[in-house]
Amino acid sequence: MGITFYLIAAITLAGALAAMTLKHLVHAALAVTVAFAGLALFFLNLDAQFAGFAQILIYIGAVAILVVFAILLTRGSDLPKDGVFSHTWFVGFAIAAGIFAVLGWAVLASAKALPSESAVPAVTVHDIGVVLMGRYVLPLEIVALLLTAATIGAVIVALHEKERAR
Amino acid sequence: MLGEGILKGMAETAKNFAGSFVSAERLTTVQYPEQRIPTMENARVFPFLVYDGPDWQAGLRCVACQICEKECPPKCIYIAKSVDKKPDYAGKQQFYPAKFDIDVSVCMSCQICVEVCPFEAIKMDTQFELATDDRFGGLLHDREQLAKSNEYYHSIHPTEAAEVDVRLAEEKAKVEAKAKAAAETAAAKGTAAKASPAARPEGGQA
Amino acid sequence: MVEKADQVFVLLQHWLISFLPAVLQPAAAVLLGVIAIVCVFPGLFALTTIFERKGLGRIQNRLGPNRVGPFGLFQPVADGIKALIKEDIVPTSANPAVHFLAPVILVVAVFMGFAVLPMGRNMVLVDMDAGLLFFFAMGASTELSVFMAGWSSRNKYSLLGAMRAVAQMISYEIILLLSSVAVVMTAGSLSLPKIVAAQNQYSYGLPHWYIFTPWGLAAFVMYAIAATAETNRSPFDLPEGESELVAGYHTEYSGFKFALFFLGEYLAMFSISGLGTTLFLGGWTAPLSVLAWIPSWIWFFGKVMISIFVFIWMRGTLPRLRQDQLMNFAWKFVLPFTLLDLLVTAFWRFMGEGWLRWVVSTAILAGAYVFMGRVGMYKEHFGSRTYRYAE
Repeated sequence: MGITFYLIAAITLAGALAAMTLKHLVHAALAVTVAFAGLALFFLNLDAQFAGFAQILIYIGAVAILVVFAILLTRGSDLPKDGVFSHTWFVGFAIAAGIFAVLGWAVLASAKALPSESAVPAVTVHDIGVVLMGRYVLPLEIVALLLTAATIGAVIVALHEKERAR
Repeated sequence: MLGEGILKGMAETAKNFAGSFVSAERLTTVQYPEQRIPTMENARVFPFLVYDGPDWQAGLRCVACQICEKECPPKCIYIAKSVDKKPDYAGKQQFYPAKFDIDVSVCMSCQICVEVCPFEAIKMDTQFELATDDRFGGLLHDREQLAKSNEYYHSIHPTEAAEVDVRLAEEKAKVEAKAKAAAETAAAKGTAAKASPAARPEGGQA
Repeated sequence: MVEKADQVFVLLQHWLISFLPAVLQPAAAVLLGVIAIVCVFPGLFALTTIFERKGLGRIQNRLGPNRVGPFGLFQPVADGIKALIKEDIVPTSANPAVHFLAPVILVVAVFMGFAVLPMGRNMVLVDMDAGLLFFFAMGASTELSVFMAGWSSRNKYSLLGAMRAVAQMISYEIILLLSSVAVVMTAGSLSLPKIVAAQNQYSYGLPHWYIFTPWGLAAFVMYAIAATAETNRSPFDLPEGESELVAGYHTEYSGFKFALFFLGEYLAMFSISGLGTTLFLGGWTAPLSVLAWIPSWIWFFGKVMISIFVFIWMRGTLPRLRQDQLMNFAWKFVLPFTLLDLLVTAFWRFMGEGWLRWVVSTAILAGAYVFMGRVGMYKEHFGSRTYRYAE
C-alpha cells in the first residue's frame, strides 16, 4: 500500500469524477477511459499481468471506442441546454453511498478471513490458462455462449435495418 | 485463383524497381535543370518579333498594322505606331512600331496573333524559363526584348521558317518583278516619248 | 569474438551501469535500454522515409528525392526542420486538450510496444510473462488516439476518416490476435523471448521458424494483411487517402504534431514488423545454422527492414481498397480462414511428428483457400460489358 497505490487511486478517482461532472459527453467518455486505465494500473500493481493487459486491451481498446461510437451515432454530442445535474441528485448520491458501504463491508470482512501473508504466489499466464480450461471451464463456455448470442443479435439487428431500409 | 493478380502485380513492380537501375527505359526521369529535354518543333510559349538581317531595328518585319493587337483575346499586346516610315523586306515604305509591348503574364499562348499576322512578323517562341523577381515590369516584354533574328527563328522552328522564307522570297520576287516591269514600261515610255510622236510600245524585251 | 559481437550492446550496457552504485543499477539499465530504443527507432524512421520515397520512385519509373545530400539521404533532415519550423495551427472550434493529446498518446502507446520485442539474444527491454498481450494492449490504445484526433478537429472529413480508421483497425485487430494465437498455441507461452527460443532450433541446417510450417505460412500471410491494415498502409490506407479525405484524421494537424502522427505511423509499422519477425520469422535467429556467426541483432533488424521493404513494395503495387471492400475482406474471408488456421494448428500439434501432419495441414489449408476464393470471387463475376453511346 505504498505511494503507487495512492497515485493510481488518485488517477482513477480523478477520471471517474471528471466523467461525472463534465458537460460534454465525449469528454466524459475520455475521462472514463482514464478511469479504466487506472484500473489496469491497479491490476499491474498487484502483479496480475494478464488481468491488467486484458483490461487495457478490452476496456480501452474496445469498450471505450464502443461508448464513443454510441455517443457519436446517437447525437449525444450536442451540449445539453439545461445542465447535466438532475434535480434528484441526492437520491443517486444516497444509492451510491449505500452500495459503497455494502462493498466496503464485504471487502473488509473477507480481508479478515484471508491469511495475512505477504508472499503472493506468482501467477503465470500458463496457470490462468490451465485453471480456465480445467476448473472454470463452465463459466468460460457460458461467457462464450453469451458473446455468440450478442454477435448474432447484432447481426440480426443490422440485417433487419437493411431490410426495412429497402 | 485468388491472389494471383496481386502476385503478378508485385512481380511487375519488382521488374520496374530492379530495371530502373540498369535500363534507361525504366527510369525516364530527366534531371532538370542539369539535363533538358529538347523542345519539340511545334512548341509554343510566348510570341516574339522576327527581324531579318543584322540590325533589329532596320530589319524588323512588323509594320504596326495592329491586327494582332485587335485580335488578341486577353489584350496583352500594346502597339504604338511610328510617325515615319522605313523600307520593309521588299523595299516598300512601311510604318514600324515605336512601342510593342507584350505582357507575358497575360498572354495565354493561343497563337492567334501569329495566325492573323499578314507580314510573318510575329511568331511563337519556345523559351519558357522567363521567371523573374521583378513582378511589376519584369514580365512586360518590350520591343527590344521581343525582337529576335530570323536565324533564331530558323533554329527553333526550321520547317516553318523555311516555308516563311520561301514565301517572303516569292513576294519579294513578285514585287521586284513588278517594279522592274514598271521601271521598264516607264523607261520605254520615256524613250518612246523621246524618240517619236507615235510611241510604239516596246514589247517586253526582258 | 563472435560472442562479443553478438552481445556487444549488452556488454556496453553492463559497462556503463558499472559506474553507478548498485542500488541504482537496475533502473539505470532499463533507462539505457529506453534511451537506445528512443534513439534507434526514430533514426530508422528517418531512413525509412527516404527509402520509401526513393523505393516508390523507382517502382514508378522515376527517381525519388535526390537533391539534399548524396542520393538525397539528408532529405529527412530537411523534412524534420520543415516540420519543426512550421506554424502550429489549431482550429478555433477544435477541442484544444484532446487535439493536443491525440498525437502524444499515439506516440507514447507505440513506443511502449517496443519494450517487449527481443531485438537480439538477451536484448529485450522487459521480459514480461504476458508480453504479447502487452503489445496488443498498446496497439489497442492507438485506436483511441486516432479517434481522438479525428473527433477533436471539428471537421467532417477528419471525423469520417477517424471513424473509418477505427472501424478498420478494430476489424483487423481480431485477425492480428487470432493469427498470433496460432503461434502461442505451438510455442506454449505468451512471452516473446520464449517464442523466439522455441524457433531457435535447426534440423538439416534449416531453422524451425513458424513460417516454414503450413499453418505458420497461412498465419503469417494473414498477420501481414492485418498488419498492413492496422498501420493504415496501402492498400488499406483509405482513412488517410490523400485523394479522398484530404488527409483523413490528421487533416487539421500541422507542423510538429503532423510529424508526430507520421512518426507514430512508421513506428507502429516497425513494431508490428518486429512482432511479426518474432512470431513467424524466428526473431533474431539466423536462417541457416551456418550463418549463426552473424550477430543476432543484425538478423533482427535485417528481417524488420525486409518487412518494411515489402510494405513499401505493396504500397507501390496495389490500389486502394474501398471501405466496404476491406471490411468484407476482413470479416468474410480472412477471419474464417484464421479460425480454420487455428484448427489446423491444433491438428499439427496433436498429430505428432512425421510427414502426415504436413500433408493433412497443407491439404486442409490449400483446399479451404481455393474454395473460399471461388466462393468469394463468384459474386464478382461480371458479364461482358455493353456500351451505349449517345446518338
